[in-house]
Amino acid sequence: MTTKVSPKAYTAEQQERFASTVAKYPHKKAALLTCLWIAQEIDSYISLEAMKYIALLLEIPTSHVYTVVGFYSMYLTQPKGKFHIQVCHTLSCELAGSEAVIETIQSTLGIKPGETTEDGQFSLTRVECLAACGEAPMCQINRSYFVNLNADKTAQLLADLQSGAQEVANA
Amino acid sequence: MPELKTKILSNYFYVDQAFTYDFYVGHGGYETAKKVMTEMEPDAVTAEVKASGLRGRGGAGFPTGMKWGFLAKPEGIPRYLCVNADESEPGTFKDCLIMEWDPHLMIEGIIISSFALGVQTAFVYIRGEFHLPEINLSRAVEECYEKGVLGDNCLGTGYKLDLVIHRGAGAYICGEETALLESLEGKRGYPRLKPPFPAVEGLFGCPTIINNVESIANIPWILANGGEAYKQFGTEKSPGTRLYGVSGHVNKPGVYEEELGVPVMELIERAGGMRNGKKLKAVIPGGSSTPVLTPEECQDLTLCYEGVAGAGSMLGSAGVIVLDEDTDMVKVLVNLLRFYAHESCGQCSPCREGTGWLYKTMKNLLNGLGESGELAKIEDIADNMEMKTVCPLAAAATMPTRSYMKKFRSEFESYLKEVELQMAVQT
Ligand SMILES: Cc1cc2nc3c(=O)[nH]c(=O)nc-3n(C[C@H](O)[C@H](O)[C@H](O)COP(=O)(O)O)c2cc1C
Ligand code: SF4
Ligand code: FES
Repeated sequence: MTTKVSPKAYTAEQQERFASTVAKYPHKKAALLTCLWIAQEIDSYISLEAMKYIALLLEIPTSHVYTVVGFYSMYLTQPKGKFHIQVCHTLSCELAGSEAVIETIQSTLGIKPGETTEDGQFSLTRVECLAACGEAPMCQINRSYFVNLNADKTAQLLADLQSGAQEVANA
Repeated sequence: MPELKTKILSNYFYVDQAFTYDFYVGHGGYETAKKVMTEMEPDAVTAEVKASGLRGRGGAGFPTGMKWGFLAKPEGIPRYLCVNADESEPGTFKDCLIMEWDPHLMIEGIIISSFALGVQTAFVYIRGEFHLPEINLSRAVEECYEKGVLGDNCLGTGYKLDLVIHRGAGAYICGEETALLESLEGKRGYPRLKPPFPAVEGLFGCPTIINNVESIANIPWILANGGEAYKQFGTEKSPGTRLYGVSGHVNKPGVYEEELGVPVMELIERAGGMRNGKKLKAVIPGGSSTPVLTPEECQDLTLCYEGVAGAGSMLGSAGVIVLDEDTDMVKVLVNLLRFYAHESCGQCSPCREGTGWLYKTMKNLLNGLGESGELAKIEDIADNMEMKTVCPLAAAATMPTRSYMKKFRSEFESYLKEVELQMAVQT
């Protein structure tokens, strides 16, 4: 693929956010993960244009930015649903019933892990231990943690998200 | 069992507003740092930490004061402190509580430690998924800059200290200290070969100390009360208290601060006892990477470094996972092997391929597809992974595997037999 990607045109305010982050680090390159977070916060995913902008800003090859994005599981290269439900399926959660949580989400929303509902509202992902094992089973939706779940509470949570009664943090 | 009388770390967990600057200072916060920086020499601070016998709370249990003593101090080259807040070992969920409820305790620990080490820029590498811990810690750092606790004139002592919070982005391996450094430098989290050790050549090639959140949170108490006083808690070889995370089949899972050396059976009682009155089947004593222990091994087991090592396992991150009599050990191991296969960074072939094979082979066994040579095959894979990789993640997968298969052999064999029985019926 040789199509030329031009760097994303961020607003002056957004550019300032990137610049002040870079200033915190003794070496520019070290600001990469933080810059990627800013890019993802702005667009909800990281586009090739954003990677190009960050590469120029930090004076590193775009290919380096690309491999780093690929290495970390939280960087998204495609937009997810409005609510990205990430259910922990590691041991303590499995012992406490995470499969019932996943089953409830699958049957209620009609999607499997890795999929997004057609209306773009929900995505479902299985994730590894989120360090909330004392409140298992649990899930993270966007940035908010929901703990001590079971099938009923999960169904209620989905309904509340749909109706707007339950909000989640995005930053 | 009564609650611990003197708590060092969890005094303000779940207390309203405990994470604010005003609350912390209202309870005597930052007095110790100020006193240390005006009245003590840096080396005397390190000596006090050495005297306390504090051992690292991140996993390996290395003596903190001794580690600080290894820090190279060449002229004109900056030194760094990196606090490991990546907390990702399954069964471990304590560091997040310190950051969520008492972030200033950790910051005070960072200030004192930085002063001892001659560090002018410290980093906290915080796990990317964390939400409230990250928000409360970030707010606390902002407050500290506003109040002059951090910055060019730290607590009015003339000491310059900057604190940068660096958010990870989802990779268990970045908890390994050299992978953490790579990640902080803006790269993939590939662990480095040692030596050189970070204390000589760490972040940006400069001398660097990496300590766990909980290790650092002990520092203010040690400097306020003295290293000797710290030794009144715990055992001779494992002084102090620990935040034990208890999860699995207990009535009240959660984080409990107890002295090192607490009997595991008492800790289970503290956590409300076995759920549904079931019998104990096994305990994973220190996070998912540590070998599993049987009820017999747990009977007199005390949770300190030497106690758990004596039983052939490790205290690790003190994440205690309790399993009851109904637990299928093959299923447990499949779950853990999936984790390691997912989290191998892929840098060394024995680990990248081996963790995947272990997972697939064990899953086949669970699904009744295991053939008679399967268990030997698994052990053979493990043999080809250990001591052949850059970091200990490969061993973190093989050590538990061996322990489950050895201690619960018949369960693993029963899955094989089922296959053979089925085949016998079919023919
Ligand atoms: C695969 C792997 C994962 C690790 N994860 C963590 C972690 O999440 N948090 C942590 O503090 N230490 C972790 N460690 C241990 C660190 O490498 C390091 O020993 C520790 O942060 C040192 O701090 P301490 O001496 O205060 O314990 C991990 C080690 C390995 C091999
Ligand atoms: S042992 Fe595994 S996790 Fe560690 S460096 Fe090698 S491939 Fe990466
Ligand atoms: S196992 Fe699910 S949060 Fe730790």
